[in-house]
Amino acid sequence: MGLFVLRRLGVMLLTAIALTFVVFFLTNLQPNLEKLARTEGSVRMTEEAVQDWIAQNGHSGSVLLRYGQWLGVVPGWTYTDEKGQMRGRCFEIGEDPAAAPRYCGLLQGDWGFSTFFKTPVMDSLGDKLAATGWLMLAVMLVMVPSSLILGVLSGMREGSATDRTLSTFSIASTATPEYVSGVVLVALFATAATGISPILAEYGLIEPKKTLFLASATSAMDDITFWNFALPVMTIALYGIGYIARMTRASMTEVMTQQYIRTARLKGVPFRTVVMRHALRNALIAPFTVIMLQFPWLLNGVVIVESLFNYKGFGWTLVQAASNNDIPLLLACSVVAVVVVLLTQLISDIGYVFLNPRIRLA
Amino acid sequence: MDTLTWTGSAGAVLLPVFQIALLALALSLLAKLLFVLAGLDGPQLPGPDGAAAVRSPGFFASLGIRYSFLAALAAIFCTLAAGAVMPSPLEAGILGSMAVRFWPVWLALVAVFVLSIRFRRKLGLYGKLFDSTVGMIGFAIVMFWVFTAIFADTIITQDPFAQLSGLKNKPPGVAAPDSAYGWYLLGGDHLARDVFSRMVMGAREVLKIAPAATLFAFMVGITLGLPAGYFGGKLDTFISFLANLVLAFPVILLFYLLVTPEIRDTGIPIVLAALLFLFPIIFLCTLWNSRYYTNPPRRNLYVGITLVIGLWAYSGLAFNMDPLGVWSMEPNMLNVFVSVVFVNSPGVFRIVRGLVMDIKARDYVAAGQTRGEGPWYIMLWEILPNARGPLIVDFCLRIGYTTILLGTLGFFGLGVSPDSPDWGSTIDDGRKLLNLFPHPALAPALALMSLVLGLNLLADGLREESLKD
Repeated sequence: MGLFVLRRLGVMLLTAIALTFVVFFLTNLQPNLEKLARTEGSVRMTEEAVQDWIAQNGHSGSVLLRYGQWLGVVPGWTYTDEKGQMRGRCFEIGEDPAAAPRYCGLLQGDWGFSTFFKTPVMDSLGDKLAATGWLMLAVMLVMVPSSLILGVLSGMREGSATDRTLSTFSIASTATPEYVSGVVLVALFATAATGISPILAEYGLIEPKKTLFLASATSAMDDITFWNFALPVMTIALYGIGYIARMTRASMTEVMTQQYIRTARLKGVPFRTVVMRHALRNALIAPFTVIMLQFPWLLNGVVIVESLFNYKGFGWTLVQAASNNDIPLLLACSVVAVVVVLLTQLISDIGYVFLNPRIRLA
Repeated sequence: MDTLTWTGSAGAVLLPVFQIALLALALSLLAKLLFVLAGLDGPQLPGPDGAAAVRSPGFFASLGIRYSFLAALAAIFCTLAAGAVMPSPLEAGILGSMAVRFWPVWLALVAVFVLSIRFRRKLGLYGKLFDSTVGMIGFAIVMFWVFTAIFADTIITQDPFAQLSGLKNKPPGVAAPDSAYGWYLLGGDHLARDVFSRMVMGAREVLKIAPAATLFAFMVGITLGLPAGYFGGKLDTFISFLANLVLAFPVILLFYLLVTPEIRDTGIPIVLAALLFLFPIIFLCTLWNSRYYTNPPRRNLYVGITLVIGLWAYSGLAFNMDPLGVWSMEPNMLNVFVSVVFVNSPGVFRIVRGLVMDIKARDYVAAGQTRGEGPWYIMLWEILPNARGPLIVDFCLRIGYTTILLGTLGFFGLGVSPDSPDWGSTIDDGRKLLNLFPHPALAPALALMSLVLGLNLLADGLREESLKD
């Protein structure tokens, strides 16, 4: 077991390095740097001035070296201009270069300075991640129980009318990406023009001109209420529910055909007890892996939903960083994303081995 | 001219019927759910004191669901049919007029279904699809959009790019006096363009890329997955590592890095295209070579034809240097296409590899090896045909997934021209005023959802039927 985890960790580290390098390479392409020079310096810079700016700000030289600097395994760059002024990666202009540390990168905790938010990356990312954490938590609380119930209900009697109805619902929900369900949910519940809000207002159940739910989750940044948080959570959860429910159903139908279930039934154990006591525990092993592997998918959903509902979390930051060419912030976002994905993969692997007694690792 | 109503003159009768049916459906669904949770569902409940068995409440709830659903469907169908026979759009209503505009699609659908059901015993897996209701519904939805894409030019009522003054954000059915058709069936968008025509044209945009991109992803995945699964060892470890690398990337991040105007300047999409577009040629050449290795004239003919056509298309598609100018792709289209293929291939690779590892332990593979067949012959002509069932199912699912990916790209405004009518970017355009005018975003959203739903149902039907073999 120990060796297995160690080997997995090794592969993970290799993957993380490769992935961050790819992101670093793609964000630091020459056209991106030229764009950065023009936004940071001035728009009317000449071609030469742009190249000078790139060289003076440590963006020239080999990609590998720059990646090493960013990671913190290669000494930070320094540059002395014609006035004798020294600038460098690890110190501000005017500070004493000798007193500055030689290495300053990810490993030293220096994530760089966001060019769009004008703050250190760590500061702008921290509270955004917390906001997204709440969203993820709420999604998980809605998604996991409802999809497991759906899956178990439809899997316990394969081919019944219940099974067919619930399966159709699961298929429909996997066919509805977040940007579609978000739009439909807003049109149904959160506009004063269409959907059920005008009807409710007519009967006096809600105040006129108000809506059942709020179409913007910006206020949820300070204060999460059912009113402003229900739609974003439902939008992300809907897409995942179908997938997890289908996996649970498959696993449940397989368990229900096992010998020990038949034995229990023939002993005269009521159907409900068979499902609750004998089948459920074995049927939930496979969905566990699926739920853990849903995290990367959730990340996609988070990006879409946060831009749709204007919730300023991690996904919104990623979109801002990418569309404003904010290289340090985008790199930090991708590090977070990659770490989340790899960690959940590791947890799902190890958890599967723990949960399933039939798998034994050499 | 007056504004159109949704149901026209037939609505006076059919609308109440539809509402009652819908209410009954909702009530019986709720009842069914409660009965299932309460354990009152099942074929039969034993009567008291061993008396004759009685039907369970769940059974009656199911009956309710079935008949109210059929009634609602019948009401919708009657509205559409009534609209089709009415002389003018004013009497036909919005739904009826739309039904009329889709006439080539209905005609083609009926033709396909009549022919397919007539000859279904001779059509293999495709014919068997018509034994499953779910599969048939899915196939009908998919074909509806395919024919819509083909006949889009006759279906549209307005020029999808024309902006008519005074029709900005107007609700569905608004009169458009300046146009030949006279109405905006589904209203106007934020630039006063016809939502209906743009939705119809969007089908063409989506169906132009999604199936082709999926096909390319399959070629790449199969060409790499077959040897990885068959030979195993270092080759497998290496390719699997690369595939897992791509799979570990959050898709949106990858799109934001790969689909930008800046990246087109660096030429990375062309390099990727040069790499990825090579796989179909390699695949086909290996396919012919392994089959007709013992018959050189025939082998040379097939490989030659593949090479000539393949390299011709290759030069045009990847490098835009086709000497005859037949094959070409716009730079931003190429960028989108390549990124989607790149994101999809590792998934296909994993499935093919898993299938090959399973199948290569079978006896007929061992028999082939004993006969002295080459490894590529075994892979391409023994293993691949026997893996076709799961692969076809995955192909359908993956077209749906690709459609979702393309929508995501459009939603973030990546790689599409600003006034493109594709569904993703129309949803994105519409969402800014979603609170006030939901209709411009709703139409493409429902269209995209129905296409993906159709593909998923089709895959489900195919899986069911291919498992029966």
